[in-house]
Amino acid sequence: MPTITYIEHDGNTHTVDADNGDTVMSAAIKNMVPGIDADCGGGCSCGTCHVFVEPEWQPVVGGPGEFEEPMLDLNPERNDQSRLSCQIDVTDELDGLVVRLPEFQF
Amino acid sequence: MSTSTEKLQNKQPSSRSLVGRDPWTTPLREIDLAHPGIWQANEYLPFLARLRRDAPIHYCADSAVGPYWSITRFQDVMDIEKRTDLFSSEPTIGIVDPDPDYILPMFIAMDPPKHDVQRKTVQGVVAPANLKNLEPLIRQRVCKILDNLPSNEPFNWVEKVSRDLTTQMLATLFDFPFEERNKLTYWSDVATAIPGAGLVDSYEESQKILQECLMCFSKIWQERASKPPGDDLISMLAHGESTRNMPPLEFLGNLILLIVGGNDTTRNSITGSVLALHQNPAEHDKLRADPTLIPSMVSETIRWQTPLAYMRRTATQDVSIQGETIKKGDKILLWYASANQDESAIENADQYIIDRPNVRQHLSFGTGIHRCMGNRLAEMQLRVLWEEILPRFRAIEVVGEPERIYSSFVKGYHNLSVVAHPH
Repeated sequence: MPTITYIEHDGNTHTVDADNGDTVMSAAIKNMVPGIDADCGGGCSCGTCHVFVEPEWQPVVGGPGEFEEPMLDLNPERNDQSRLSCQIDVTDELDGLVVRLPEFQF
Repeated sequence: MSTSTEKLQNKQPSSRSLVGRDPWTTPLREIDLAHPGIWQANEYLPFLARLRRDAPIHYCADSAVGPYWSITRFQDVMDIEKRTDLFSSEPTIGIVDPDPDYILPMFIAMDPPKHDVQRKTVQGVVAPANLKNLEPLIRQRVCKILDNLPSNEPFNWVEKVSRDLTTQMLATLFDFPFEERNKLTYWSDVATAIPGAGLVDSYEESQKILQECLMCFSKIWQERASKPPGDDLISMLAHGESTRNMPPLEFLGNLILLIVGGNDTTRNSITGSVLALHQNPAEHDKLRADPTLIPSMVSETIRWQTPLAYMRRTATQDVSIQGETIKKGDKILLWYASANQDESAIENADQYIIDRPNVRQHLSFGTGIHRCMGNRLAEMQLRVLWEEILPRFRAIEVVGEPERIYSSFVKGYHNLSVVAHPH
């Protein structure tokens, strides 16, 4: 069972057990991690599950996909660590993943 | 928005109205959701349910505003809105095409990549971090309105609260001269008015009026540009790296979009919150018992109200969906008002439940790259309003039938007669 750590903007840290089949977004929602809204429910269509992937994890997680890029691009807080967490599938490879949450979802 | 849609649609023949007809036996080809009759009469819900069940990709061949498709299921609206390559937001997002000689550049009616560039230049101004700075002033103005309401006697909530509050909030956001704030609402109405329908007689006239709007804002712009950066939108645009050299027409287009976007949508959701809580006393009790439910109630209210019933797209090529062929150039209405009632996506969608699970997963703000840019602002306004209503009033009682707007686009109210009961 991969564990994922979410660090809120104020430094609060939440480490949760995720299942294969979850996304980084759904694992957060199931475990009541604050700071992720996921208004479209995982459809890559709202941009409110924005996270920053810690640099050491970026090569494993990879970059945004075709439909994700334009959504991310509209977020003024976007940087090169930005991903939409609904588009990151949880796998064993991601065991130990650390993502940071923005102060606000847009 | 309301003014133009209303007036345009007032010209439609009343014979097409579905009011009083049985939604379940009316022939599908006669169902014309764009006709405002059922919306004003509050009889639209079963017609939406009928199309969701029997014809989710529905073609109306004959309406006063021409032929168009209706998309009524949640998932279909999501899917179509995502495919901006197949379903364009140009030339407009309303059902009636604009005069080609008079189109203000607004990113709501643009496709990528132009849309993205323009939206990005102004998006920061309604970013949550900036809204936080404006909240104290907005709260102060909310309090002033609420403290001056008549007690224990009927008044029109739309006029005394919803309209004034949204206008005041726009003035606050722009740091617009407060005493002249009604100009903002006027310009908003002019920008969307159809010539000859009452407000203006010609496009030349609206152009002239909007020129005054531009002049007025240009003056404010100059003034803000010469001062240190402030929290208001104009100052942010005047100082912003990507916005400070914006050409005048683009500046005007963006201003109008911000004014129109924040005008009747929020106004009608504010009125809707009072109506929904009045009609659902158990939910009102829940809210009084636990005010931390306010943000959730706000989202549920925005779903329940769905202040804009649809957005239009135009097919860029022939597209086949579920056996129906949408032809290049066809108009497609994405009915948010229906998607938000779709049982296959939202459990007990016909009920108003302020603490429902996944309460934010509605389509009132649209979805995809055109998703409402001001969504956080709208939510904040409603939240602050209710944070101040609850300690003051034990109830805002609705004492008359709501008077609804004659429009299939703007879902809202002219009049909601209420009595405010202080604690």
